[in-house]
Amino acid sequence: MSKEPQKLTRRALLAQGIAVGSAFVVGAGYVAGSSAAWAMEVAHLQPATMATLIQMARDIYPHDRVADDYYAAAVKAYDNADQAPVIEAGITALNAAAVGAGFSSYVGTGWERDRVDILRGIEDSPFFQMIRGGLVTGLYNQKAVWPQFGYEGESFSKGGYIDRGFNDINWI
Amino acid sequence: MTAPFDLTDDSVVVIIGTGAGGGVLANELAQKGVSVVALEAGGRYLPEDYINDEWESFGQLAWLDARTTSGDWRVADDFSGLPAWIVKAVGGTTTHWAGASLRFQDHEWKAATNYGPVQGANLLDWPIDPREMDDYYTKAEDKLGVTRTGGRAGLPGNNNYKVFEAGAKALGYTEVHTGRMAINSAENDDRLACQQTGFCFQGCKWGAKWSAAYTDIPRGEATGNLEVRDRAHVLKIEHDASGKVTGVLYADKDGNQHLQKARVVCVAGNSIESPRLLLNSASSMFPDGLANSSGQVGRNYMRHMTGSVYATFDKPVRMWRGTTMAGIIQDEARHDPSRGFVGGYELETLALGLPFMAAFLDPGGWGREFTTALDSYENMAGMWIVGEDMPQETNRITLNHDVTDQYGLPAPNVHFDDHPNDIAMRNHAYQQGIAVYEAVGATRVFPTPPYPSTHNLGTNRMSENPRDGVVNTHGQTHDIANLFVSDGSQFTTGAAENPTLTIVALAIRQADHIAGELGRGNL
Repeated sequence: MSKEPQKLTRRALLAQGIAVGSAFVVGAGYVAGSSAAWAMEVAHLQPATMATLIQMARDIYPHDRVADDYYAAAVKAYDNADQAPVIEAGITALNAAAVGAGFSSYVGTGWERDRVDILRGIEDSPFFQMIRGGLVTGLYNQKAVWPQFGYEGESFSKGGYIDRGFNDINWI
Repeated sequence: MTAPFDLTDDSVVVIIGTGAGGGVLANELAQKGVSVVALEAGGRYLPEDYINDEWESFGQLAWLDARTTSGDWRVADDFSGLPAWIVKAVGGTTTHWAGASLRFQDHEWKAATNYGPVQGANLLDWPIDPREMDDYYTKAEDKLGVTRTGGRAGLPGNNNYKVFEAGAKALGYTEVHTGRMAINSAENDDRLACQQTGFCFQGCKWGAKWSAAYTDIPRGEATGNLEVRDRAHVLKIEHDASGKVTGVLYADKDGNQHLQKARVVCVAGNSIESPRLLLNSASSMFPDGLANSSGQVGRNYMRHMTGSVYATFDKPVRMWRGTTMAGIIQDEARHDPSRGFVGGYELETLALGLPFMAAFLDPGGWGREFTTALDSYENMAGMWIVGEDMPQETNRITLNHDVTDQYGLPAPNVHFDDHPNDIAMRNHAYQQGIAVYEAVGATRVFPTPPYPSTHNLGTNRMSENPRDGVVNTHGQTHDIANLFVSDGSQFTTGAAENPTLTIVALAIRQADHIAGELGRGNL
């Protein structure tokens, strides 16, 4: 674990990239999206742990039009000294369950269906419930993700919808 | 004397809580020249302070003190520490309410008589003649500026309403309209017309929705007869050796405790806090709590039979645009036991933003069954179900001595089991709500479980006979002449209608009584 991640260039990160699920572990202390459109530093979690956690988050609340960055942002807060041991233990158990089901690791599965089966097996665990519960706000309360769902957020600053389509549907 | 009042001034009426009950009572008494100190646990927020963001607003306004739950209701599983979604602020839950303002139907005032015996239900008739309420309802509607009453026009229907109305009419429903709402359809009473902004639950930033926070409270203060102390959390009601109440002990924003003397005390802290305060005020003279000789304090907790139906369509709805509760179907509000239950229910449009939809659509749900629903959020319409639930003695607020609040006092536990009548009514309402949306082409429907309670009722019920309840027809406790209850906890039964208009009407009526009794020297 690196407390102070190295500052690497994007090119260097990509050069070192190791594919794990839909996120890449790139170098010590970094996890990057497969599109390389985003990268995050991890100070307390193993990069592979964070990559697995991001995959788990997507499998719990899969939205195919929502990019990994939002899932990463939703779980980034677990990268702290207090919670890192709990997360490491939870992900270790998740990988053990995957191995028990005949896969190399959780992210080593091919189909979402196989990962969901693994998650069903642990869904009553405090670890799963902590991650799921945290995502309800961690994922859906990101203003940046709202447009992906068509949600417009506040309208007061624009004068409400009185002149902007509060009754504009015409298909009914 | 004019406000502010001294702690030792024992001529004042002390009101605990400033919502639909306490806030209105405070103003009504102040207008009549009665000196009032209103103690409010929450802070003071005005329209410019309200936040149009669901979770941020929740953090600003919601009552989040320690509470526990038990019973078979799903809220106890899904939101075990949050039995109710109500507000801690000057104006109370009138900041949060949707604005639906419906009169009780005549038969609902006399549920025991009109429904007959219902096994397991503690039905009782209200000790009030429905005709006596007519004038008070009119006064309440005028105070709140309720649409479709007093010559005030209805609100225009938004997208969510258009879907709802088309479905209702396709199903043959006839009592379908944009509601009787305490939301201005035109400028009225120095408040703006609705700008169709949404976020009614987060406090109306235009002031178009009536809230005591910016109407009754400042108007009462302007008389010089009302002092509102915010962030003043009442811990205990004190009494003398004769059994009359003498004042209240409260903690200020810094946690310092003060004793405010009182001639009369009116409890209006909501149906969870009001009985809790009476129970926490137990003494050697009243070991079971104040005003509890009947043993009914905290019992008969009602929360309305609720639930929601959301539906997705093949085209956009954008239900969040405009008034949150934008229309109503009243055809099912009648009492018609042939449906398999007594009492009735209303269907009212409702919209949640994406963050709350994620939290409330199917609490605990995950995976694609859940996320594909949210993927269609833009194409979703929604309605809320609100119906009469059965009072049960075992549904009750008790003190949980294992959990204490920030003042070291036992937290309230809210126990609720659904009555079979509640379940039968909810299932009927789900079926009808689903039919409404399927009639206009819903591609998928979601019979959504109840949210934490917004309509908390009945825990200090009104009764003719002191054995059956806590307060008399005026909200005066049967046991202690100068102790009143002024909120929804007075409700003998819940009726099908959203309760605020009735709470306001009862507060206006109670103010007449208290002022009269003070004038006659009886209090």
